[in-house]
Amino acid sequence: MVQDAQTAFVSQQLIASLEPPRAAVGLPALFRQRLFGSVLNSVLTLLGALLIIVLIWPAVRFLLIDAVWEGASRVDCLPETVGRPVGACWPFVEKKFAQFMYGFYPASELWRVNLTYALAAILLAPLLVPSIPYKTANAILFFGVFPVVAFFLLIGGVFGLPHVETRLWGGLLVTLIISFTGIIGSLPLGILLALGRRSDLRVIRMFCIGFIEFWRGVPLITVLFFATYMLPLFLPPGWTIDALLRVLIGVVLFAAAYMAEVVRGGLQAIPRGQYEAAMALGLGYWRMNGLVILPQALKLVIPGMVNSFLALFKDTTLVLIVAIFDLLGQVRAAFSDPNWATPVTLFTGFAFAGMIYFVISFAISRYALFVERRLNTDARH
Amino acid sequence: MTDHSEQKRPAGALPLRADGRDVRTTKHEVAVDIVKLNKWFGKFHVLRDVSLKVMRGERIVICGPSGGGKSTLLRCVNRLEDWQQGRVIVDGVELTEDLRTIDDVRREVGMVFQQFNLFPHLSVLDNCMLAPIWVRRMPRKDAEAIARHFLERVRIPEQADKYPAQLSGGQQQRVAIARALCMEPKIMLFDEPTSALDPEMVKEVLDTMGELAMDGMTMLVVSHEMGFARQVANRMVLMDAGQIIEVNEPEAFFTNPRHERTKLFLSQILH
Repeated sequence: MVQDAQTAFVSQQLIASLEPPRAAVGLPALFRQRLFGSVLNSVLTLLGALLIIVLIWPAVRFLLIDAVWEGASRVDCLPETVGRPVGACWPFVEKKFAQFMYGFYPASELWRVNLTYALAAILLAPLLVPSIPYKTANAILFFGVFPVVAFFLLIGGVFGLPHVETRLWGGLLVTLIISFTGIIGSLPLGILLALGRRSDLRVIRMFCIGFIEFWRGVPLITVLFFATYMLPLFLPPGWTIDALLRVLIGVVLFAAAYMAEVVRGGLQAIPRGQYEAAMALGLGYWRMNGLVILPQALKLVIPGMVNSFLALFKDTTLVLIVAIFDLLGQVRAAFSDPNWATPVTLFTGFAFAGMIYFVISFAISRYALFVERRLNTDARH
Repeated sequence: MTDHSEQKRPAGALPLRADGRDVRTTKHEVAVDIVKLNKWFGKFHVLRDVSLKVMRGERIVICGPSGGGKSTLLRCVNRLEDWQQGRVIVDGVELTEDLRTIDDVRREVGMVFQQFNLFPHLSVLDNCMLAPIWVRRMPRKDAEAIARHFLERVRIPEQADKYPAQLSGGQQQRVAIARALCMEPKIMLFDEPTSALDPEMVKEVLDTMGELAMDGMTMLVVSHEMGFARQVANRMVLMDAGQIIEVNEPEAFFTNPRHERTKLFLSQILH
């Protein structure tokens, strides 16, 4: 005889919410469960550790342990002098530091560059921290007023400041100027191009498609080359545009085309219902895009935008082709100084430049992640 | 029913009716006049010779099988869809391709969507305040007062600072209704407002719509909720294959359907 299962059930009391069981936390648990939990895990852990040692150890040895920290010329970085294998030659970087940072900017006027950096830091830092108020005023100061002030500070020729030709600017100063201008300029232009590309008006749409396809179709090197050497041939005689300015314009137009496609991807991802709800409320085209669509679209494509920014930041090294010496250009120019020719000069220089690029890129990348998390109000991801 | 006549009206807001109610009505007797509307999607004839007059204060419920053109017709009233032949006149203003006329009409016609379509990057309060600030150019304080007033009307004033993703479906739809009401429209369009909701949340939304109806709002509703239609509608419209099959008062429509299609549809819906 089969015992029937209970067909009716009435709950007598509601079960209160309890704490979940304590998950295994702490280092011993990490080792026990994650790193050496199974045979496969253990093997992978050991391989990973081996890889780290093989990669990191030589770098640490070169950069720190075997490195030379004090010296006045190449002699101090040769193995014969030091009596052991030599790693990085840091005196080389130390003596050339001003050149790497400022190029050939006159030493007496360096305070102007430092002042520009200081102003940038003072205006940018509060903008980056979400809890600090007056963001609109801050943004206007940083994106509107600061570039003008910085321009006059650096160029001079007014208010009794001696004129410093852009030809003399170089090093990290030029890298930051080109990246900053490129990023700040390409974003609004890219947004307009993306909107234009999706426009119902045929003329605008065709123009935007043409612009984007053209500027994406040519390498940045040819853009720089053309802007620097060919453009003067097309201008009326007597008209000159500053060489650095030509490069800046070329970079902005080039980056805007890429930014446009990134933004367009975001615009496409916004559900049609958002457009319809905004239209049904009577918001016109610009209000709909500015208040509803773009805030959501731009938030979606932060990874893509940061990608473009970082690529632009490092593409600035291409300006060497038009005889503008950015950070990497200055480092490479320093290699030909006979006073510092040693077997390790090259490695030292590239290691130094690489570290600077990495630190700045990583900082931008991390900040973007922070912004993404803060904006994540719709809890979709 | 809350008595709104004693509530202080925020300065700068649109004038209330003399009896203190916060629902506006159309200037013209005929709120929406659809005349021989024909629409094609490519080769597909999606609206066939549709003619309908919606009077001031009337509640019309449009029902019918899927793909019958109900939503398309509704969306023609605020020109979210365009058409190739026929005319649509909303409160005396004919809808054409002129963008300014379209925006003028959209300002006075509120719409509630099946998928809510709340703006996820804004709080509930900001969702409601957005249009009054940027379209009616209301000062921020006034817009906030109106937003809180209508959030209270739909009975979720405490959710004002939450984001849409934190609310249930029924609450989100009520926010959507409040958002549309903050523009103080003369006509409200509802496109299957409860179709995407869990059954237990349908009632709260229908109750809100019922209260709106009692206050004299001109409403055009596409819905499958027959109980609601029976209680609230002045006229029922059945649409199938792009055309209006039958129009009648709810009691007559449900108890004595005259067209074959109506009988078939009702037999499928009411089980």
